[in-house]
Amino acid sequence: MTDWIDIGPLDAISPRGARVVKTRAGCVAVFRTGDDRVYALDNTCPHRGGPLAEGIIHGASVTCPLHNWVFDLETGIAKGADSGSVATHPARVEDGRIYLDLSQLESRKAA
Amino acid sequence: MKKLVVIGAGMASGRALEHLLEAAPDTYEITLFNAEPRGNYNRIMLSPVLSGEKTYEEIVTHDDAWYVANGVTTRFGEKVARIDRDRKVVVSETGDELAYDKLLIATGSNPFIVPLPGHDLDGVIAYRDLEDTNRMIDASGIPGAKAVVIGGGLLGLEAAAGLRLRGMDVTVIHIMGHLMDRQLDAAAGYLLRKALVDRGIKVMCSANSKEIRGEDGKVRALLLEDGTELPCDLLVMAVGIRPNVALGKEAGLAVGRAIHVDDQMVTSDPDILAVGECVEHQGAIFGLVAPLYDQAKVVAQTLLGEDATFVQRQVSTKLKVTGCDLFSAGDFADGEGREDIVFRDPARGVYKRLVIEKDKVIGAVMYGDTADGNWFYGLIKDGADISEMRETLIFGPAFQGGAAADPMAAVAALPPEAEICGCNGVCKGQIVDAIANGAADLGAVRAVTKASASCGSCTGLVEQVLAVTLGDAFQLPASQPMCGCTELTHEDVRRLIKAQELKSMPAVWQELGWKTKDGCHVCRPALNFYLLADWPLEYTDDPQSRFINERKHANIQKDGTFSVVPRMWGGITNPAELRAIADAAEKYDVPTVKVTGGQRIDLLGVKSEDLPFIWADLNAAGLVSGHAYSKGLRTVKTCVGTDHCRFGTQDSTGLGIKLEKALWGSWTPHKVKLAVSGCPRNCAEATCKDVGVVCVDSGYQIGVGGAAGMDVKETQPLALVPTEQEAIDMTVAFVQLYRENAKYLDRPYKWIAKVGLDWVKDQIVADPDNRQALIDRFAVSQSVYQKDPWAEHAAERAETYTPIANLTLEAAE
Ligand code: SRM
Ligand SMILES: Cc1cc2nc3c(=O)[nH]c(=O)nc-3n(C[C@H](O)[C@H](O)[C@H](O)COP(=O)(O)OP(=O)(O)OC[C@H]3O[C@@H](n4cnc5c(N)ncnc54)[C@H](O)[C@@H]3O)c2cc1C
Ligand code: SF4
Ligand code: FES
Repeated sequence: MTDWIDIGPLDAISPRGARVVKTRAGCVAVFRTGDDRVYALDNTCPHRGGPLAEGIIHGASVTCPLHNWVFDLETGIAKGADSGSVATHPARVEDGRIYLDLSQLESRKAA
Repeated sequence: MKKLVVIGAGMASGRALEHLLEAAPDTYEITLFNAEPRGNYNRIMLSPVLSGEKTYEEIVTHDDAWYVANGVTTRFGEKVARIDRDRKVVVSETGDELAYDKLLIATGSNPFIVPLPGHDLDGVIAYRDLEDTNRMIDASGIPGAKAVVIGGGLLGLEAAAGLRLRGMDVTVIHIMGHLMDRQLDAAAGYLLRKALVDRGIKVMCSANSKEIRGEDGKVRALLLEDGTELPCDLLVMAVGIRPNVALGKEAGLAVGRAIHVDDQMVTSDPDILAVGECVEHQGAIFGLVAPLYDQAKVVAQTLLGEDATFVQRQVSTKLKVTGCDLFSAGDFADGEGREDIVFRDPARGVYKRLVIEKDKVIGAVMYGDTADGNWFYGLIKDGADISEMRETLIFGPAFQGGAAADPMAAVAALPPEAEICGCNGVCKGQIVDAIANGAADLGAVRAVTKASASCGSCTGLVEQVLAVTLGDAFQLPASQPMCGCTELTHEDVRRLIKAQELKSMPAVWQELGWKTKDGCHVCRPALNFYLLADWPLEYTDDPQSRFINERKHANIQKDGTFSVVPRMWGGITNPAELRAIADAAEKYDVPTVKVTGGQRIDLLGVKSEDLPFIWADLNAAGLVSGHAYSKGLRTVKTCVGTDHCRFGTQDSTGLGIKLEKALWGSWTPHKVKLAVSGCPRNCAEATCKDVGVVCVDSGYQIGVGGAAGMDVKETQPLALVPTEQEAIDMTVAFVQLYRENAKYLDRPYKWIAKVGLDWVKDQIVADPDNRQALIDRFAVSQSVYQKDPWAEHAAERAETYTPIANLTLEAAE
């Protein structure tokens, strides 16, 4: 079952920018691409824990700010030579507001 | 006969009536109301009427004779005021009542008027109907009249182009970063803007309107948020439309964003149907005619009791401005498993982008050459499998079915008279001749033939001609491209940004043929620097193209916290500053306070959300950002000099402070560190800095190109100057020369190794005029960039440092 949470207006994130959502199961990074797509991924880089929300966003990818691993925002999988992945969460925009479905996080916490 | 009443004689109902009358002329007795004092005309052709390319008579679709011949009773210029569903009558604004068996609502949309102060002034109009069009034509007849158009979408641009063709001075204000942002990506938006600017239309993007100013009840000017005032005699608002639902809503029909209809175009009342922009179907509303025509067909069949279903389909957009060829269709956002095929031909101003998903084209944007637009649109609509023609797809239908295109083979097959370099008109034969006469590399071919010497966009082709002609003897030049997005080197890009006056990222991407849509983490920070260094007044810094440290004005730590280093001019501080630093360290629980190697204090381990607050506290004590995170001026180390030291020859501390005050805030290709020592004992370690000054009895020895990081380099002497002012001038000119010429991420020592110290000396020491020009350009840049980013961010951007939402505070489930 999906459980959409309104986390704020799209305008609160600049194009090619990101902000984090704090949850009890850790921070989730919410990315806005140059063409206004929105993605939500765990904020923690699988390499050495870099905060992905602070990375440079290009196309539908983000480059980790610490050691430049590049992740596909849709799949959360590292691109190129690096291997690893971060969890992704459903995200959508409606009437200018961002909605996330973090049920997966909740179940992880409960597990 | 049953009675059909139609409200609105627009494009949708017009088409519905045609279908209905054609299929069964005698089923209904039809009455057609229209608020406009005329029948159906082709609304989308108002733009050619405005520009003078057509007359109103030419765009009428149904004239009086048509209505008479088809037995339609027309009540034009008469608005329907109310629908009484219980009695099944409509009430017109004159109070007249008319009974119906079936009612068709086709009231279209209303233009949206932004409720800015002054929106009701005379001269403020929308762009929707013939009245609006005629008012624009009248306004343009007054010599010297100025127009402002708010809205850089389809309608706004067609209005602007039409007014411009009629000789008006036109400015378009658009709130988003590029024109037609709903239909185009930034690259195509850039080309469109260029074409409009070429026709003399002023275009301001990312501009917010604040107030419309008037005089004697008439519009006089538009005031923008940033304080700019744009004088105008006519203000056209083209910011969007709102479905015209008032009648339906009041009558109690189900209404969301527009009047709800089912797949048969029937509203929540079985006897009332609706068609056109006033309807909402499965959550969607409509603004282009193609889907409305589909609806019209369905509504006619439903009225005849036939089975028909309206299915939404992809729409495509074109702009009806003669000479601006653009096309967009489908979905062209990024996404998983989606790939872009991008083609750019800078010389012709062509840009094409296809978005592919699972071997299907799902979106297309093109500018400059839209001849294949409909073919791509067909592929999108049909969901055609393109895996077979993928390699050549972007070249359009003409290239399909042949052998796979190998670029080398293609170049080899070119006839000698094929033009390679468009700028200099050099054809393949001339290049082959030059090679036969001994030109063995790109530089030599360029020197002999001028091919690739101007815009450089044909460099790759020239190299391919070399490779094909020389075979194994040809070695591709060792210079590395900037990144995977381009074949050009940093040096090429810097040169072309200046030569072609490229002043925005999309301009660079397009004109230099970038292979990706919006660059990558390697090229974006470099481009951002090149653009702001070369065009400080025209280019706006892009925080999203900066590495995190520069975006957040603090060094990120390995645990995601940040360090805060305030400036300590020349290493001099005082008790008040130290107290403020101590207070801040306590207040924000700073775990580590460290004296840096750069003569100042580092507060390490500050949380992102605390940054704006700790900065505000430090600002209050007069402390500003030390830019310890920047590719910019870092520290100016000094020693105590003549103030206290028994050996000091000049005021090294004073000069250090003056240099830091002159240079702080400037962005540079890599970090820049300075030091000033009071005597050759060199306690400030000036001989291993990017610029180091050693004071001597006769004046100031200025050295450049030192470093003490991964490479240890001693400075090389630039000049010995007698006065402090000359020492400052030489230093500022050197920094500006470095800013204008070096490759991003080259420290000065690396750059000097490439250009030679002699060249640097020629520019700065031997040529006082050039030195002054460099100093003047630096001053222009500092007028924009010498400001404390901490103060600015604490005041205006604090919220971006905080989480967008905090769900830890919600009650436990
Ligand atoms: C804080 C400080 C060390 C200290 O505690 O003293 C420091 C800390 C860092 N230095 Fe440094 N450098 C510091 C003085 C130096 C010095 C000494 C100096 O400036 O006199 C040098 C050698 C001089 C030179 O630059 O030539 C120095 C040579 C480097 C280098 C190598 C640069 C090179 O061109 O070889 C790097 C890496 C880089 O910039 O790419 C670096 C990079 C770094 C970074 C920014 C690494 C990073 O990218 O995260 C460190 C940030 C730590 C943090 O989390 O805040 N740091 N670094 C010093 C800050 C000075 C200041 O007040 O701004
Ligand atoms: C300048 C311009 C250029 C355009 N260019 C394009 C283009 O290139 N491509 C494209 O696909 N689309 C274009 N459009 C959009 C297109 O014109 C509309 O999508 C289309 O006209 C909508 O048709 P409609 O029948 O729903 O509404 P309309 O054509 O607006 O007709 C509605 C009619 O209902 C009347 N009405 C409203 N309320 C009442 C009432 N209470 N009583 C009686 N009558 C009433 C109105 O006066 C109006 O005449 C353009 C629009 C404009 C203004
Ligand atoms: S020397 Fe290395 S570890 Fe120490 S501060 Fe500089 S970059 Fe960091
Ligand atoms: S922590 Fe992300 S790349 Fe190293």
